[in-house]
Formats: sequence, C-alpha cells, structure tokens
Amino acid sequence: MADTLQFDLVSPEKMLASVPATEVQIPGAEGDFTAMPGHVPFISTLRPGIVIAATEKGEMRYVVTGGFAEVTGERVSLLAERSLLAEELKQDAFDALVTEARSARDAATGPEQDSANKHFADLMELGRQLGLQASAA
Amino acid sequence: MPSLKDLKNRIESVKSTRKITKAMQMVAAAKLRRAQEAAENARPYAKRMEAVVNGLAASVKGSDTAPKLLSGTGKEEVHLLVVMTAERGLCGGFNSSIVKLARQHAATQKSKGKTVKIITVGKKGREQLRRDLNDHLIAHVDLSDVRRVGYENARAIAQDVLKRFEAEEFDVATIFFNRFQSVIAQIPTAQQIVPAPVPEEAEATTLYEYEPSEEAILEDLLPRSVATQIFAALLENGASEQGARMSAMDNATRNAGDMIDRLTIEYNRSRQAAITKELIEIISGAEAL
Repeated sequence: MADTLQFDLVSPEKMLASVPATEVQIPGAEGDFTAMPGHVPFISTLRPGIVIAATEKGEMRYVVTGGFAEVTGERVSLLAERSLLAEELKQDAFDALVTEARSARDAATGPEQDSANKHFADLMELGRQLGLQASAA
Repeated sequence: MPSLKDLKNRIESVKSTRKITKAMQMVAAAKLRRAQEAAENARPYAKRMEAVVNGLAASVKGSDTAPKLLSGTGKEEVHLLVVMTAERGLCGGFNSSIVKLARQHAATQKSKGKTVKIITVGKKGREQLRRDLNDHLIAHVDLSDVRRVGYENARAIAQDVLKRFEAEEFDVATIFFNRFQSVIAQIPTAQQIVPAPVPEEAEATTLYEYEPSEEAILEDLLPRSVATQIFAALLENGASEQGARMSAMDNATRNAGDMIDRLTIEYNRSRQAAITKELIEIISGAEAL
C-alpha cells in the first residue's frame, strides 16, 4: 500500500491544493476524523473548521466553512464552498463570516434552526482556535 | 456623385470606426483569456460534484425518501427557464442564439399545454424576450455591476430558484447558456437542473460509507450542485461572450478595412477625374485662341 494519499482541496472558483499527503485531518459534520492511506471509502459533510494536511513540506492548514469530503484509500477530495489558508484568515474576513452566520441563524426557522445554530457555534470554535475574536452581537 | 470632401469625410469616419472595433476586439481577447481561465479553474469542482451527486443519486433514486430536488414534484406542469445572456451587445449572434433556443423551448412546452415561467440573467436576453414573452417573465437578475462573476452570484441565483421550488412555483427548471467551444463556435445549450437529471446507467462506483446518512448528504449536496451548475454555466457564458465579441469585432474590423479600400479607390478616381477635367478645359481654352 502506498504511504501517501492524494489530497485535493477544490473550491468552485479554483483548485487550492493538490499534493500528496500522509494524513489529513478533516472537520466532519459529526466529528473530526483523520484520513490516512487505505481509509475506507467515505463521504462526509463538513462543518466550519480547520483541515490539516501533513505533506512533505510540512503541515498545511486550511480553513473551510462547509462542503463535503470524499475519501477513498488513495485520495482525499475536499469540496469546499469557501476555503483559504489558515494564516490568511484575518479578523475582517472572519467578522464577515460571523455576521453572515449570525443573520442566517436569526433568520432560520423550524428545523433549519438547529443546523444554523450549530454552524454558528462551530464558527465560533474555529475563531477561538485561530485566536480571532468574534465581534459582539 | 459625392463630392471629394464628402468622400474624405466618410473615409475618416470609417477609419475611426475601425479603430473602435479593433480596440474592442483586443479588449475582448484579453478578457477572453481570463474568462477561459476562470472556466477551467471551476471545472475540477464541478466534475467532482457531479460524480458524487450521480453516485448518490443512483443509489437513492428508487427510495421514497429521496429528496424532491432529485425525484421532482411528480408532475411536469410548470417549466422554469433560466435564460442567461450578456449585459452588453456587439457580440454577434451570442445573445440571439440563446434567446432563440429558449424561445423554441418555451413554444414547445406551451404547445403541450404547460405553463412557462422565465427568469432572465443579463439585460440583453430580457430586452429580446420582453417583446413576445413578457407575460412569462417573472424575475430578472442584474449582473451589470459585477465585474467578475463569482460563486456568490451563482449562489444567489440558485437560492432564488430553490426558494421558488420550495414554494412549488415550478416543477422543472432548465438553464440556457452558451457553451464555449472555441472563439468561433459557441453552442447554445439547455441543461435541466431541477429535478437533478440522473444518468440512465450510473456506473457502479466504489461503495462509500456516508456520514450522516445518504439522504442527509444528498439533501445538503443537491442545492450546492444546482449552484455549481449555474456557476459553471455563467463562466462558460462569460467566455463565450468574449469569444463571440472577439470574432464579431474581428469581422467588423475587416469589413471596415475593405470599406476604406473601396472608398479610397473611389476618392482617387474622382480626384483624377477632376484633374483630367481641368486639364481638358485648359487645353481646349488654349486651342480656341
């Protein structure tokens, strides 16, 4: 078995990364998981969080806000609507995300409310991990 | 017969027209490269998305719990046409060919007794469709302020379409756009987006494990897939528009050149005629003495 898997991170507008990696940590909707070579074929949706890919050149950290992951034994494909390098997420961009999530949460009704709340909470946690402060409501 | 002065003026005006069309051609060429790049960059995502959705769709197709976006509303009464055109003209048959295709589609559906609703994206399509299908236009998306079409624009359109679907305003949605093939060939395309078309023989792909369940993922994916398809269509359209404009302006530039040549010949002839006439007058005057 190969000791790396192909890690692809694509957004609708461009391909962000396509490198071999030894393992990829992914924030799945129902919990984090790490994909390694030989992983069972697996599809999961994502929650806002940080994707960490261990590559030859060291760790690559990306922020994703949602999307889904397709994992097979040889490759990991992340399809994220919005994604960027973790170092590039600055306070103002984060604020914009928070504002958007907050208004989505406030607008949500019925069964959507839970998922909007969860999205918002996940985003807050993401900010905490990156040391970014969410502006007050 | 136009005077020498008139001819000269005409040559000058055609020359300045040629300058403009030439400039537009070059601008379109530069924009085309960028638009093509954007379309290519978007392809991996769209392809992966399609593959996953198709795989999922094939396995869920039969079940009763399949999301409505996949199985449809169970009828085909109301058709929604999303017609994507350019915001600007002067791009050859680009806008007309899309509108023509949409019009045909509308006519066929109407002849079958179905209801037709139209959402237009881009000013030019709206102007053309307003003439005969004004009653069917239900909404318009204005992208004239958008310098570069982003995923956000596509998502906004998709959200609008999906909201109407939730409200049961239509049963089947089709997008109309020009697929970019080359600078001289753009193919007007109609693509059904709702309900999601499932290929007849979806190949048996790897068996995946799903988290959360297949249906829940599909529920999440289908709206994204609609947005992705709209985004891809917008980008294809963008590249096609620039390609069409480039070749239209190339033609215009060449025509202007031909016209200048013809006018110059005519100008030279009349000038020569005038000189000859004067000479004859002088000579015959001298002979008379």
